[in-house]
Amino acid sequence: MIPPFETFYEAHRDEIFRFLARRLGADAAEDAFQETFLRALRAYPRLSHGDHLRAWVFTIASRIVVDDARRRRPQTELPELTAEDGLPAFEELAPLTDDLPPKERAAIVLRYGYDLDYEAIGAALGSTAQAARQAASAGVRRLRKEQT
Amino acid sequence: MTVSPSLDERFRTAAATLELLDVAYDVLPDTPVGPLLVGVSDRGLCTISFDAEPEQHLEKLARVYGPRVLRSSKPVDRVRLELDEYFEGRRRSFDVEPDLRHVADYNRRVLEELGHVEYGHTTTYGALAASTGKPRAARAVGTIMNRNPVPIVLPCHRVVGASGSLTGYGGGLDRKEWLLRLEGAIL
Repeated sequence: MIPPFETFYEAHRDEIFRFLARRLGADAAEDAFQETFLRALRAYPRLSHGDHLRAWVFTIASRIVVDDARRRRPQTELPELTAEDGLPAFEELAPLTDDLPPKERAAIVLRYGYDLDYEAIGAALGSTAQAARQAASAGVRRLRKEQT
Repeated sequence: MTVSPSLDERFRTAAATLELLDVAYDVLPDTPVGPLLVGVSDRGLCTISFDAEPEQHLEKLARVYGPRVLRSSKPVDRVRLELDEYFEGRRRSFDVEPDLRHVADYNRRVLEELGHVEYGHTTTYGALAASTGKPRAARAVGTIMNRNPVPIVLPCHRVVGASGSLTGYGGGLDRKEWLLRLEGAIL
């Protein structure tokens, strides 16, 4: 069951605003905040369940931070992201990480699939950047072990 | 650091202006019959509730109308104004349309008949049942009144027992009595 948007919004608006203010400064954070929750509102009826809503809205906010940075910097400084077959990177990662413990899996998908930095991942998982980095590298070690 | 009231308001207004909401609601904190939660969809008025604790009510709205249920005051302005006028004795009927699309067929028919009971008048459960062609459905009509999604606007307070006793009201008998007194239906 998906909660009423009001409940979801009340639960996450302050931490999303703090996250955006840290990344963009208080002024730019206001527009980014509005954009984050309008995007969430547009996508909300398409959600199939109400799990992981916190990670979901942090993903949206992080995307907006990345877009904002892209707009501000000259184009040449940016690495091109490749998506050759049109599949988002996280779709390719998902089957590979199926057997990992949930926290490590989430950290890897958010880091390498969604291209979030560790601060955002820590916020999304309800822990710290440090813990997110550890979870991702533990996951990568485990994957390497499984591949060999 | 928390979201400022102006930023919060800005988002809530934008959500409604961009027509992204299934239900926009607001709480009218101090009407003469206590706090009212009022919700509107793009088709009209979908809820008036005497329950000032909205959580469960919001979940019900989300299940019935869709999950994009958000407090946003502007879409509720028109209903707010009409209710204010009514409570001040300056309005005898409502122009806002109820959104009854999720009400079962027979219930909707009863509610539509209810809409014809005029200000300051009362009818009985039996008479209302008879007006829908089911003179023996008085008890069922009582249940439908109890579940009326938009009390006051659809005036279930104007329906009383055959003996003239007030019988019951979803919002409590005190409120029913107050509304009938306002309209001059009882002294």
